[in-house]
Amino acid sequence: MSGLKRLLPGGWLSVYAVLYVAFLYVPVLFLPVFSVNTAATPKFPLSGFTWKWYEGLPRTPELLNAAWNSLIVGLSASVLSTVFGILAARAITRYRFPGRRPINGLIMAPLVLPEIIVAISMLLVILQLGLSLSLFTVVLGHVLVCIPYSMTVLTSGFEGFDRSLEEASADLGESAFGTFRRVTLPMVTPAIISSLLVSFTISLDEFIIAFFLTGTEATLPIYIWGQLRFAAKLPGVLALGTLLLVASFILLSIAEVLRRRAARRTQSEGGLYA
Amino acid sequence: MTAAAEGSAPLAASRPGRKPLLQSESAQGLALITPTFLYALVLLVLPILVVIAHSFWTQHYLTIDRTFTLENYRIALTEPIYRDLLWRSLYISLVTSVATVVLAYPIAYYISFHGGHRKGLWLFLITIPFWTSYLLRVMSWKVILGYNGVLNSGLMGLGIIDEPITALLYNSNSVIITLVHAWAAFAILPIFVSLEKVDRTLIEAAKDLGDGPLRSFLRVTLPLSAPGVISALLIVMIPTVGDYVTPKLVGGKDGVMIANAIQAQFGKASNWPLGAALSVTTMIVVTAMAGAAVLIIRRAARLAR
Repeated sequence: MSGLKRLLPGGWLSVYAVLYVAFLYVPVLFLPVFSVNTAATPKFPLSGFTWKWYEGLPRTPELLNAAWNSLIVGLSASVLSTVFGILAARAITRYRFPGRRPINGLIMAPLVLPEIIVAISMLLVILQLGLSLSLFTVVLGHVLVCIPYSMTVLTSGFEGFDRSLEEASADLGESAFGTFRRVTLPMVTPAIISSLLVSFTISLDEFIIAFFLTGTEATLPIYIWGQLRFAAKLPGVLALGTLLLVASFILLSIAEVLRRRAARRTQSEGGLYA
Repeated sequence: MTAAAEGSAPLAASRPGRKPLLQSESAQGLALITPTFLYALVLLVLPILVVIAHSFWTQHYLTIDRTFTLENYRIALTEPIYRDLLWRSLYISLVTSVATVVLAYPIAYYISFHGGHRKGLWLFLITIPFWTSYLLRVMSWKVILGYNGVLNSGLMGLGIIDEPITALLYNSNSVIITLVHAWAAFAILPIFVSLEKVDRTLIEAAKDLGDGPLRSFLRVTLPLSAPGVISALLIVMIPTVGDYVTPKLVGGKDGVMIANAIQAQFGKASNWPLGAALSVTTMIVVTAMAGAAVLIIRRAARLAR
């Protein structure tokens, strides 16, 4: 009993915590389980192990096309949202200026707005302006929803960053840009890479905005959405979903490690020079 | 702010030849944030204003008639179909947000008070499922709750039930279960942050003064974490009211929500002004509901102390 207590501090609460984490993970884990099951419908008992659903994936041209589109959209959206995020996070953490809080609130707003509202309002403007829907308009929408996530990652990377380092650099004659490039940037690189990975993942998985703002070109989630109508296609979708799951997991694990390293670096360096 | 500004002022003065405007903190900060701010202004604020404008117009086939009218709002609020969808969306988002917060609080509490040096790992564990595709998570619930799904076939295999339970999928409850699962991380994080800020010495003091663990929790910890509970509630309530994927995949006929009707107006039905009015109405009503929830929680937190 005392051994159990040491293993799980907090008594019943820890039992609840374990159950809750199971509730979070079990539904997601059904995807990989049924993606290697021979039966075409996902149900128990499992009928046998197979890779055939995976083997069918590379032979689907529409899927490869959608994957390519997702890659382009994801890369563009993550780079743009990280650039916008760097500027804003830097302004928020380093400077005090009038309107700082409301501007920050507006930039973070897409996080709490229903995505459908964001999607249809952009759609209306684009149609009104007579622009045609394309992957470019999807990128515009994705940048908007990715910026809050980039901001969150980047502000936590920029905070705790010791100002005296920058002041020292300025005192030694470095220009503002030179200081940023040679002092600030190396310290925050992990946070920037982390922001790129997080926003790429968001864009890769985002459905609603892409659904409304794309023309004829499909991204991966739109391709999956189309496949969901056919029951026979489900195992293939499960296999594709599993691959996406693994990709997201790897990208986010790297992002998390980098974010922590960034936090540690700025804090320990700050402590050293404080 | 003042300390830093005062600190750099003499430095600026000692370096002649620099433009004072560029030296000013405010100007530099504003200049830096302007591109991002403009982006949000042009791609979020402006479009929302366009939606609001459309909600007062009418559409004849492909042309928009820009005469002011409240007809769209009359339809949105009085037509039984839209009224029912709106009520159901509000009901689902209210139940979902309350259930998510109630289920999330103990986890946030556990991580904050018993997480020890593994807090970071716990938080990472909890956020990982949330980062995976929303579409795929909803789909996995469809797989679980379906007529021939995992739950039914599993229960039948164990001999607990004889025939599949049809009540599992295609109703409001399946939508709520899916949403509670999907939004868990969003509720845990703000509550955790506010619990981390609770001054542990206050809890000690309450205990020293004779409060039991439950009493000190109810009178100190819970009221002090109210800000986290409020943000968790809002961050779940407002987006879920406009959820499109979940009702479409697991809601069936009885789980359709307002977003599905909005989408139809921009798609098949092609009545943009009505779609705009439905969107604006939804936002206003959910904001009112969120405001009421905030007031109730603040009140309760004050009474508890």
